[in-house]
Amino acid sequence: MKNVKLSILALIALTGLNSCNNDDDATIVNPEEVITTLTATFEPVAGGETVVLTSRDLDGDGPEAPIISVLGNFTTGASYSGTVSFLNETETPAENVSEEILTEGDEHQIFFQQDDLGTFTYTDADVNQRPIGLTFSFVASTTPQTGLLTITLRHEPNKAAAGVADGDITNAGGESEAMATFEVSVVAP
Amino acid sequence: MKFYYTLLLFLAVSWCTQAQHTLSGTVQSAANTPLDGAHIHVAQWHGTSLPDGYYEIHNITKGTQRVVISYIGYKTLDTIINFNRDVTLNAILQPNTTQLEEVVLVDTTVSQHTARKQRLSAEIIEQYSNATLGDALKEIAGVYTLKTGTTIVKPVINGLHSSRVPVISNNVRLEDQQWGMEHAPNLDINSAGSISVIKGANALQYGGDAIGGLVLIEPKKVRTDTLIGKTIVTGNSNGRGGGVTTSLHKGNTKGWVWNVNGTLKYMGDRETPDYILSNTGNREANAAGSIQYLGDTYDLGASYSFYNATIGIATATHIGNNVDLVRAINNGTPSVIKPFTYTINAPKQEVQHHLAKLEYNQTLQNNASLNAEYAFQLNRRKEFDLRRGNLKATPALDLTLITHSAQANWKQQKNNTTLKAGLSTLLQSNEASPDTGIRPLIPNYNKIDAGAYAIASHRFTNSFSAEAGIRYDFSYVDASKFYQKTRWNSLGYNGVFDNFITADFGTQWLTAPEFTYHNVSASLGVRKQLSSVLDIMGNAGLAMRNPNPSELFSDGLHHANGTIELGNLGLEKERALKLSATVLKRGDVFTFEATPYLNSINNFIYLQPTAAEVTIRGSFPVYSYRQTNALLAGIDATTQWKPTQRIQHTLNFAYVYGENTTDGVPVIDMPPLNITNTLRYTVPQWHSLFLELRSEAVFSQTRYPDYNFFVAVPQDGELISTLADVSTPPEGYHLFHFGSGVQFNLGKMQTAVNLSVHNIFNTSYRDYLNRQRLYTDEAGRNIQLQVKFNY
Repeated sequence: MKNVKLSILALIALTGLNSCNNDDDATIVNPEEVITTLTATFEPVAGGETVVLTSRDLDGDGPEAPIISVLGNFTTGASYSGTVSFLNETETPAENVSEEILTEGDEHQIFFQQDDLGTFTYTDADVNQRPIGLTFSFVASTTPQTGLLTITLRHEPNKAAAGVADGDITNAGGESEAMATFEVSVVAP
Repeated sequence: MKFYYTLLLFLAVSWCTQAQHTLSGTVQSAANTPLDGAHIHVAQWHGTSLPDGYYEIHNITKGTQRVVISYIGYKTLDTIINFNRDVTLNAILQPNTTQLEEVVLVDTTVSQHTARKQRLSAEIIEQYSNATLGDALKEIAGVYTLKTGTTIVKPVINGLHSSRVPVISNNVRLEDQQWGMEHAPNLDINSAGSISVIKGANALQYGGDAIGGLVLIEPKKVRTDTLIGKTIVTGNSNGRGGGVTTSLHKGNTKGWVWNVNGTLKYMGDRETPDYILSNTGNREANAAGSIQYLGDTYDLGASYSFYNATIGIATATHIGNNVDLVRAINNGTPSVIKPFTYTINAPKQEVQHHLAKLEYNQTLQNNASLNAEYAFQLNRRKEFDLRRGNLKATPALDLTLITHSAQANWKQQKNNTTLKAGLSTLLQSNEASPDTGIRPLIPNYNKIDAGAYAIASHRFTNSFSAEAGIRYDFSYVDASKFYQKTRWNSLGYNGVFDNFITADFGTQWLTAPEFTYHNVSASLGVRKQLSSVLDIMGNAGLAMRNPNPSELFSDGLHHANGTIELGNLGLEKERALKLSATVLKRGDVFTFEATPYLNSINNFIYLQPTAAEVTIRGSFPVYSYRQTNALLAGIDATTQWKPTQRIQHTLNFAYVYGENTTDGVPVIDMPPLNITNTLRYTVPQWHSLFLELRSEAVFSQTRYPDYNFFVAVPQDGELISTLADVSTPPEGYHLFHFGSGVQFNLGKMQTAVNLSVHNIFNTSYRDYLNRQRLYTDEAGRNIQLQVKFNY
């Protein structure tokens, strides 16, 4: 009899305690950390056509691939002052992630991987006087070219490793937070 | 308050008494059948053997004592033993022939247990005091480990793991978010009195879904009026840390009985032979206690345990996308190697597990007994990732799992028949905190389980017994989860699971998936004694396992692995038919045990790399839960050879063959052939000195499915298609381990000192079943010094 009583008690405890959890609908989460949009803007120093490269992935980590757009061509031999910006457009208004990257500049670096398109030079620095890559200068090749430009944002790279400060990604390590490849052209004026 | 004074008093008394020793061993018949309930008397101390013949008597004072072991129907063993250390006495009782002639006694030659239960010795449990349950279980042939780094270790039994291998602690099934591969059972090995493994689905009392097997953990039971305690201090060279565990048991034949124990562990970064495994430290602070009142015909007990761990995840395994994955695989060495530290940064896991239980046992008339219990479990898991800005201290995954369970069991023994039946219920709720700022991998859900079972075992003749059982389980799961509409469509759910959608939130659907399962499981076992030293057991088991929440609902980027994991709402339950046999030959010099098995699993659920998905972070490998028919076949074998009293050789052999019969390829993640040889040399006269050398040979897994994929890696302005070799298993390896120990009396305490070296030659290796094998080597040599005090 005691057992029966005990089981009944236990069952009452069970249902009682659990019932408070029964209608807990999930709360919608808008990921705060996601980067949806990478934009690289190349402003010609001597004036002319601005080149804008954009990778936009509005479902973040979702299945849809980012939409890549290349606006404009580089001019042979021209100098550009460049910026890279990152946005989280799943939020309204869009969150500017670049500011956070700048604040934590020592934990981030942007790399430009290409061949013969021209020369990239970092124009910004973190607290340790190592480049971040949010701003840079680019001098286009003197001969017309077509090629791929891959822009990668690394989180916690080893910024002291050989070649990293010069923009070589080989020894950087760390974790890629954004990466986009653009097909670009350098054309004669 | 009074309790604490009593405790202090007991402590004081125990420290003042004379040196005390323990007599332990087994009682068996000449036919090697364990004798349940044999009486063991040592002067004024006494004890009773357990169903498997094992007994322990504590607090025996130093000096010469008379030991008497008796059992009705057998000749009494009467001997004199000089106690100046702990003594092991394995008694073999001869049948009392005169009595057998006079009365037609039921000769209890063959055990009614048709399933083989393999138990870890107390020495092994203590040896792994500073390690994990999984590490210790590996000492049993056929048990392998699935690891994530060094500290997250879960048992693999006959090739199966996770929710296919329930862990039952003190008769309560641990509900600890252990479904994912990188979640280990949240249990302090030091709180275990005994640990055993049942391979196969023969334990219907605990559930019908143990497709792989079952790990049973039972608390320490002391059946004499005594107070004993134990403290183990362990120091490790690898990780440069250690642990302390201490326990106190008040035993009694009647009245109050209680246990308390606590454990602290503190470890820094582990090291491979060539580099530091940065961020692989761990911390644990665990406590457990129980109290029980033993009446004449009933007993009542309550227990509580708390497990609290912080576990670092090697930084080098944290990657961003496929390019990083290829870089990690091709580099061979981790991308992050920092100086040794005790600090644990992200990525890390913080886990807390509370388990409270109330239990009531009643002895009824006619050798029947009734048991009722209620258990409450609260599991909190926080997983931290490398994050930016003000999200750094926010976990990436924050789950709270609450489980209430209750069960009632009835048992009756009547002549040659034992009947068992019971009911169980479970209510569970999981809450995934939305405050993480990341869409949770596992959603909110509620689960209701109810089950009933009946088992009958009968001894037909002196040499033949059989057992049959059946169980029914009902399970209902309802979840609440947001799906991105793009994901919902790409998974093909559109038009198929529309009935689950409850609301439209623009880019996301709110869904309420519901699942109901009715499962029937059954087992049949026979045991035949072929000769006085040879037994064979045969088992057939039908088990059913429902897809667990991670298999159904996983959705999104698993930050810790850099993979996108996708569940499948269309998964069906798994159905396994396992046939196994055990040949058991026992002897004083040579013991042999072999268990061949065949496990045919219908709708086997596994995680397969299926595609690459491009996001702005780059491309990711997509791991999807798939279903197939699988056949697992294998053999576990153990031999023990004792050519002289001082030398003992043990061999463990395990092989499993896994085939995905639908696709005609091997099953992923099957343990490779492994063979362990142990040679032990003992000198009882010299402080019970033992020296042990162990060779652990793990062969390369040659049977694996090729789920490799190619990744476009930018190089010199071109995208080069590069192989991501995630499938090829690492080379086999051969490790040597050393163990030694002595026992002596330190003042009033009986003390043992053990020195062991794991991986003597500091061999570098990687293990196929370590989730981090693509990124780092395993930890190298570890020297462990352990001091144990018994009081």
